[in-house]
Amino acid sequence: MTDTSQPTKAPRSQWWDVWDQFKTHKGALLGAVVFLLIVVGVALGPLFWDIDPTYIDIRARNQGPGGAHPFGTDQLGRDIMARMMAGGQVSIAVGLTAMLLALLLGSLVGVLAGFFKSLDGILMRITDLFLALPLLPLLLVMVLLFRDPLSQAFGPETGIFILMVTSIGITSWMPTARIVRGDVLALKEREFVLAARSIGTSNKNMILRHILPNVMSPIMVSATLGIANAIITESALSFLGLGFPPDFPTWGRLLFDGVDYIQQYPERVVWPGVAISMTVLSINYLGDGLRDALDPRIRGR
Amino acid sequence: MLTFTIRRLVLAIPTLFFISLVIFMLLELAPGDPMANVPLTVPPEVKQKMREALGLGQPTYIRFFKWLYQFYVIEPMHLIDVLFNTTMTEGQLRVISWQTRSPVMDIVAQRIPQTLWVVGLSYVVGTLIALPIGIYSAYKQYSVFDQVGTFVSMVGFSVPTFFTGVLLIVIFSVWMPRESFFWFPSIYDTTLVVDSWENFGLQIRQIVMPVFVLALYNAAQISRFMRASMLDNLNQDYVRTARAKGLGEKVVVLSHVLRNSMIPVVTVLALGVPQVFGGAIITEQVFKVNGLGQLLITAIQANDLPMVQTLTVIFAVLIVVFNLIADVLYGVLDPRIRYD
Repeated sequence: MTDTSQPTKAPRSQWWDVWDQFKTHKGALLGAVVFLLIVVGVALGPLFWDIDPTYIDIRARNQGPGGAHPFGTDQLGRDIMARMMAGGQVSIAVGLTAMLLALLLGSLVGVLAGFFKSLDGILMRITDLFLALPLLPLLLVMVLLFRDPLSQAFGPETGIFILMVTSIGITSWMPTARIVRGDVLALKEREFVLAARSIGTSNKNMILRHILPNVMSPIMVSATLGIANAIITESALSFLGLGFPPDFPTWGRLLFDGVDYIQQYPERVVWPGVAISMTVLSINYLGDGLRDALDPRIRGR
Repeated sequence: MLTFTIRRLVLAIPTLFFISLVIFMLLELAPGDPMANVPLTVPPEVKQKMREALGLGQPTYIRFFKWLYQFYVIEPMHLIDVLFNTTMTEGQLRVISWQTRSPVMDIVAQRIPQTLWVVGLSYVVGTLIALPIGIYSAYKQYSVFDQVGTFVSMVGFSVPTFFTGVLLIVIFSVWMPRESFFWFPSIYDTTLVVDSWENFGLQIRQIVMPVFVLALYNAAQISRFMRASMLDNLNQDYVRTARAKGLGEKVVVLSHVLRNSMIPVVTVLALGVPQVFGGAIITEQVFKVNGLGQLLITAIQANDLPMVQTLTVIFAVLIVVFNLIADVLYGVLDPRIRYD
């Protein structure tokens, strides 16, 4: 036979262990599948369902579900299925980008505060201050203040997109910062950091090579919850009439528009509502499973 | 404990100051002009005078401190005046709304009862639903009840309140026949005066849906906390000791475990109050309740900056105050946490 001193199979990376644990959580698996389906549906759907979401066909207005328009048409005869796909693209894009921004800010503040003792006090005071701000009223105020200047500078759609993403991003980084700081503080006391320090690792390399990879799991869990939070916030703002312009569909906007016709066509409220709820629910389950899978104390039991 | 409370109180003052500053500076950037609706025939000098009469036209820092003084000194004093019939603030300038030209706080005082009724009741109902569910699902961990409870609470905080609200309206106001017992009005009528049993019934009917929407959302979160906190305690040594002594299951769970598990839950409950006020902005909009949230939205749409500013700061004050309450409560309930 072959040389037995060689390992018989390649060493498993820890991500396989994470995947094994993740698989056992049925809800999380289902959540991941549903979320992927929704993302693929809104991203690739328009390739197969090529009605323009802004195409007005006034003769076909207010049609119920079925026939040429599976989800029906709205008061201007626009196809609701096409609008749902377009709206989903925007909502999920806002969710993902805002989450990335919040994550970037949160991780930066968290790592800096945890790693450099001199920055800890001031950064954590700022975090506490942000946590004490009334976020929804402030978001409304920010939209009120910056909607017009940004629309003029970048055009109505891009301008509002930038506004939404930045305002949601800078109001939701605080929990990530706190969790990351806590983990970094604990990591700093570990032997491998001392070892790395003793061979002369610079601060930059220490953070990038040793600290960051070890705080990836809390960051990933905050990421999933961040997407859910951002999607809900965007829809809430659109629902309050302070989001994207009327002819630019997002799920929240479609829901807001549907409320006016709630007596005659209640299904128009139900489609976007179910879409938002399903997305957020699947992401929350995904996050739940991810949290269990990434926790080495639970894994392997 | 007293020094701890005082220290926290003193720390709250700079926090409030900075929050007020942040909000003030943010609104300073606002493009709106309160004179935009004044006819064009009014000459610019007169417009300038009118602006100054509204307190504009002075340097930012002076206006900031004047506003701080008005909000944190004159308004509380005026409240004392109203309550005890004194005249301390007679002739003093109060924060004036640009929309109605009347003191902002008077309008806020008109709106508070509606918000308090809907929000307060929903928080109480939510808590009352959540606690038993949380306790029982922790006690029977991984049972069918627990799994159903987990799923329902997951749905409860994933489905946004503006969708649950609208869905309830579709089911109970639109589809339900008008004469059915299960028909509920979708619009909250503030002019209803409760002076007879019949009107009391109407009041209950119109408050059911908004309260249910908010209560569901709150209950979902609180029951999760309750369950987690119970689970933390159920495996502790003192529980085994209590059982070994021969205490009944009921005593062990309801007096030993529950009392210890309530400590974090009570603080979470206190911390949740301001968030509920914030969340009520959306629910009030769905059910057309003319409370504080709706006032904020109309003020934002009408560019009424003093109103927006005051309301935002009120929400901030609520957060700071309830953070303080949560901190102190934690110290009172758990002797291990006392910091002094």
